[in-house]
Amino acid sequence: MAWTREQMAERAAKELRDGFYVNLGIGIPTLVSNYIPQGMSVQLQSENGMLGFGPFPYEGEEDPDLINAGKQTVTEIPTTSYFSSADSFAMIRGGHIDLSILGAMQVAENGDLANWMIPGKMVKGMGGAMDLVAGVKKVVVVMEHSAKNEPKLLKRCTLPLTGAGVVDMVITDLGVFTIDKKGGGGMSLVELAPGATLEEIRSKTQASYHVGNALAAA
Amino acid sequence: MQKVYPDARAALAGLLKDGMMIMAGGFGLCGIPEQLILAIRDSGVKNLTVVSNNCGIDGVGLGLLLDTRQIKKMISSYVGENKTFAQQYLADELEIEFNPQGTLAERIRAGGAGIPAFFTRTGTGTQIAKGKEEREFEGERYIMERGLIADLSIVHAWMGDTEGNLVYRKTARNFNPMMATAGKVTVAEIEHLVQPADINPDHIVTPGVYVKRMVHVPNAVKHIEQRTVRKRTAAPAGTGEEV
Repeated sequence: MAWTREQMAERAAKELRDGFYVNLGIGIPTLVSNYIPQGMSVQLQSENGMLGFGPFPYEGEEDPDLINAGKQTVTEIPTTSYFSSADSFAMIRGGHIDLSILGAMQVAENGDLANWMIPGKMVKGMGGAMDLVAGVKKVVVVMEHSAKNEPKLLKRCTLPLTGAGVVDMVITDLGVFTIDKKGGGGMSLVELAPGATLEEIRSKTQASYHVGNALAAA
Repeated sequence: MQKVYPDARAALAGLLKDGMMIMAGGFGLCGIPEQLILAIRDSGVKNLTVVSNNCGIDGVGLGLLLDTRQIKKMISSYVGENKTFAQQYLADELEIEFNPQGTLAERIRAGGAGIPAFFTRTGTGTQIAKGKEEREFEGERYIMERGLIADLSIVHAWMGDTEGNLVYRKTARNFNPMMATAGKVTVAEIEHLVQPADINPDHIVTPGVYVKRMVHVPNAVKHIEQRTVRKRTAAPAGTGEEV
């Protein structure tokens, strides 16, 4: 009984804090917005040039001039502001965004992240991902623990990097890992999903990691 | 000095030449200068290098210039929504230079601001850094990126006065304001053309100095790439309810 996509998003939402400015990637990270606790002020940033956006519009109220970074129609909220893409990435690169939650193809034990290209396949481009992981204060990856039995948590990424030493936390369907990307303290397993075992994670993880004290004792 | 031209073709007259670099505003299909793109297609100018975050979609926006094979090279951050693009790229008929989105935006801003290069952390330690000068500041590694200036910039604005002062609407702003500053010549298409003093000067985003020519495009047809809505009955707090 691993975590579902929704449960992974719900777990990622525990990293939100009151007053945070947050950028959510496409896929599971987008679902995190459904789990913002009542009463907590969290403003979502969309890198095309919008801070503070609301849910999808009601049918018939879509506005072609009002889209998020996934090119989906969204809505304004009372706190919304608009700005150019240069201002948007100044906000990101300048370290003013508190948290970036995004997907990944591979994460290495030193915090390296690969999520933008597979050589030999048609490459679509990195969009804003390289800027986000280089500039945002805390970077959380949400991804499946392995892909078709191939581990995604590796000693070193084999795919071209999106960022070197950029990931702080990885949430998979099996558990939660933290990475001491600046201190060189490596990767630690800090939580297990219900039903997941240390043995299962060991068998599906190529990266080396410490097992957090609370889990090792259990 | 008359900046307003009767139509897109007239606004581009004398500005187009084979092999030139053109910046085109927009993010996806949002805020694209569509009438100016159509006029570029009709002109037949070719071997273009186009700087734009995306390359439209099949048959819409810059996708039109792929159909006619007028583009030689794209400088973009993401080109995922375009089959024609993939075909031409895989057949070696089209070059692509990927820039991280924020680096692309800042290269354009810098170009327009007279800054030939800047240092950024974005892309450090990745293949984007290859061949670029690296320097360390306060213990962090940065790579040097160059400012970009185009022969021509085409932008889309929501409102503009005859002096060329421009206002954008919502997320249709995106790359348009920087591109307006970074073209040797900038041509703007404007949904609502007004007289000087009709726009509150405090609200002007692009001052008229950057805009050499304008064309009025009333009733612009706008496109939605991903139509996402929610039902009226449910009122979820988040954005994940796709119907």
